Amino acid sequence: MHSDCNGFFASVECLYNPDIRNKPVAVCGDQDKRHGIILAKNEIAKKFNIKTGEPIWQALQKCPELVTAQAHYDRYIRFSKLCREIYSDYTDNIEPFGLDEAWLDVTGSTLVYGSGKDIAEEIRYRIKHELGITVSIGVSFNKIFAKLGSDYKKPDAVTVITKENYKDIVWKLKVSDLLYVGRATEKKLHKLGVLTIGELADFPLNLLRQNFGKWADILHNFSNGLDYSPVMKSDEVSAVKSIGNSTTAVRDLQSFEDAKIIFMVLCDSVCRRMREQGFRAKTVCISVRNTELSTFTRQKKLEISTNLTKDVLNACLKLFKQNYSFDKNIRSLGVSVSDFEPDYLSHQTSIFFSEEDIIRQEQLDCTIDTIKNRFGNYALKPAKLMFDKELAAFNPKEEHTVHPVGYF
Amino acid sequence: MKQYVSVTAKFDSDGNILPLTINWNDGRVFDIDRITDIRYAASLKAGGAGIRYTCRIKQNEKYLYLEENRWFINNEKEQ
Repeated sequence: MHSDCNGFFASVECLYNPDIRNKPVAVCGDQDKRHGIILAKNEIAKKFNIKTGEPIWQALQKCPELVTAQAHYDRYIRFSKLCREIYSDYTDNIEPFGLDEAWLDVTGSTLVYGSGKDIAEEIRYRIKHELGITVSIGVSFNKIFAKLGSDYKKPDAVTVITKENYKDIVWKLKVSDLLYVGRATEKKLHKLGVLTIGELADFPLNLLRQNFGKWADILHNFSNGLDYSPVMKSDEVSAVKSIGNSTTAVRDLQSFEDAKIIFMVLCDSVCRRMREQGFRAKTVCISVRNTELSTFTRQKKLEISTNLTKDVLNACLKLFKQNYSFDKNIRSLGVSVSDFEPDYLSHQTSIFFSEEDIIRQEQLDCTIDTIKNRFGNYALKPAKLMFDKELAAFNPKEEHTVHPVGYF
Repeated sequence: MKQYVSVTAKFDSDGNILPLTINWNDGRVFDIDRITDIRYAASLKAGGAGIRYTCRIKQNEKYLYLEENRWFINNEKEQ
């Protein structure tokens, strides 16, 4: 089954502010820091056609009486944890999908707690009464249909999709409701005359392959309910594939020097996280978004794997210099690293750089990490960051704990 | 309205927490005569969620909530 907290952020805010409960509410990022977009909205705001991700001014045009609430991530994390505690009363197969969604496999618990539907109803009831927020749950024989079920009827509802009735429920839905059918895929499918999931399921597979390549099989399987991927055990931690941080700067970046300050902070956070996990990375990737909101990403492979802040930073700056000429100012920047190897492996020595330098730099980074862990993120910083304190005053390592996740 | 209150509580050797008195901010102390129910619950009126103790105080039933490490009640009079 798949459980989805309805308008999670907004529900939690409404719970804490009884006064705004009957008004349209949207949870927003910090406008002063220029993160002013809608993160979540409640059911009343949904009726005004307010969408997640649109800027606040646009939402206010649609609904002038909209109440905008500040986001409290600590609360959301607490509620997310409490939800998972309730789930864990029924099964240990819990696979979280973001903060507010999770798949549960309750096959093994049906003898104790009754059918999937009974368990879903009980979870729905308990979350409503114990936490004061509502969930919608989809119960089905695979993860994809379960997710469709949780979107089918909301809020505060349980939908059961069985092998007998899935053709009546799932196949009548629009293709865009299916996981991994985004705007681009939807457009392509519409061109082929595929409007519903049922039509997609019946569409000849070889024709689909011509249009979508390897995604054809995935789409075909998803729409036919042939997804057999298991729900992960809650203690299984999937292997980390990449570590990254990005930020929208407090003001637009006008020069290379500005960008360098942001890159320094981001690289510091990324490398600290990498060292904490015990990795070295071989690929560095930057993403740049200018004031017109067009984004590009560039990546490069390093000579040897590294977790040194200095090396990653230099790679970023080089990539950036090669690929950006400041014809437009920059709004946000991101850094990520991938291609990991464990940091206890020995690496190939080279005549082009000195091993002693690397070891010294490693010791330096290690010392800086210890100091920062003990005395806080701002205890120690490069002198460069003092030139523009406002720009450098953010802490990606601790502030950004909410990560979007992919299904694969 | 949500009102945080000062509470005197007993921790027993199993780690259970039982509130004994509610210490009102004007100095009055209310003894909790009996606790009739303990469960996780949300308070929609006060706005919060935690462990809810149903307390009997001089023939009155009152909900006392423990939210993480703060106690609160729903103060109806000020509404």
